[in-house]
Amino acid sequence: MNNQFICSLISGIFIGGVAGYLGSLMLTKRMALVGDALGHVALPGMGLALLFGLDVSFGAFLFLLLGIFLIWLFEIKTSLPMEALVGVVFVASLAIGFLIIPQPELLEALFGDISKVSFEMVIASVIFSLLIFLIINRIYPKMILASVSENLAKSEGIKVKKENFIYLLSIAAMVALGVKIVGSLLVGALVIIPAATARNLSKNLKEYYLGSIILGILSCLFGSLLFKVTHLPAGPLIILFSTLFFLISLIFKR
Amino acid sequence: METILKVENLNVELEGERILENLSFEMKEGEVLIILGPNGAGKTVLLKALLGILPYGGEIEWKKGIKIGYVPQRLPFIKDIPMSVEEFFDLKNVSEKETEEILRSIGLEKDILEKKIGDLSSGQFQRILVGWALISNPQVLLFDEPTSGIDVSGQESIYNLLEKLKKERNLTILLVTHDLNIVYKLATNCLCLNKKILCYSAPKELTSERISELYGGKIKFYQHSHE
Repeated sequence: MNNQFICSLISGIFIGGVAGYLGSLMLTKRMALVGDALGHVALPGMGLALLFGLDVSFGAFLFLLLGIFLIWLFEIKTSLPMEALVGVVFVASLAIGFLIIPQPELLEALFGDISKVSFEMVIASVIFSLLIFLIINRIYPKMILASVSENLAKSEGIKVKKENFIYLLSIAAMVALGVKIVGSLLVGALVIIPAATARNLSKNLKEYYLGSIILGILSCLFGSLLFKVTHLPAGPLIILFSTLFFLISLIFKR
Repeated sequence: METILKVENLNVELEGERILENLSFEMKEGEVLIILGPNGAGKTVLLKALLGILPYGGEIEWKKGIKIGYVPQRLPFIKDIPMSVEEFFDLKNVSEKETEEILRSIGLEKDILEKKIGDLSSGQFQRILVGWALISNPQVLLFDEPTSGIDVSGQESIYNLLEKLKKERNLTILLVTHDLNIVYKLATNCLCLNKKILCYSAPKELTSERISELYGGKIKFYQHSHE
């Protein structure tokens, strides 16, 4: 095993774990497809980052902030449902992304590439993963209560709007990290499938979020190892492992 | 008796529509105030205004430092979340001792803590919601339709539970419902609501004319919609 591969493995494990954790919250908020949509929104930013030789996560995060701002702005200006607005923003981003990303880099942006992870990037991935983990950990019980009932949460003095905003920023940061591993097309799956699998298997909240984290880690681990052996793209392999766990969970569903 | 809640000229408007108009009433310590009204009368909106989670005009004055417990009507999404009863209680920072006390109060065994919320019967779930509201010992409980969706024997046991809790914990209760049975069983005061206050009296003064007046609009509306 060379250093390069160990770097990829470490960042994959951290990002996969925190993606599963955040996904477990997104599933209870019935926001399973938000990760998918935001993955597309990240694409133009990734394109610009590739053109200028910057880190794709950095470009992705900037465009995610812009995308979220636009969705919020459109929501104030129209009475259209949120999902329609998300739909508009994400296809527009996809179109722009395709136009500005040079052909050779397009596949990397769409499906991710873990073969070029540098040491600095590993450090950054680990730090950001831990940071997102801590933030989610802090808002988790409040968000669960708000998923149960917004009124109940408000009656307990929880500032739902503020917590929602922090939560949305964490999703943006998570997506920005995730696109590096599995690319913009598959990042939604990285977040949601482990949580869906864990839900099939768990009878309480603790089993549910721990399960999501472990399944996220295992998918990234096995996907990366298979990539090492087969040299097929790692992103799709990770998602396929994740899907395999999901299928197995259907047999043991509680 | 000390006044716990004083409401004066309460007005609530949502999206340009007047939902509540000039409500004034008060609640004394130990009272059971039942708010009766047809669907769409603004009962739930009134509760939300009292909880301070909706903007309103007029005055709502709670006794200083009072703790309020809220029992919501239905929680349709809770069954989507894999969560044990214990974890649901833990969302509110409850001690083990308090949980035990509450379970005794609501007549459930300790082994229910391990159960998944989605696996509870509707009667058990209702009790758990009441128990959740009792955490940190509120002096006032607000109930939104505690008997909706529960069969007759279940309703009976919820009434009995409320009566027991009231005695045990010296609670003041405000309860919103369209179930007339509960009025004669529990209420010390009764308020008929349909946007405005249509009656406000002790239950024995609640005549059948008053009730048909309260629900009359609704009955007419149904006849109309079937033509």
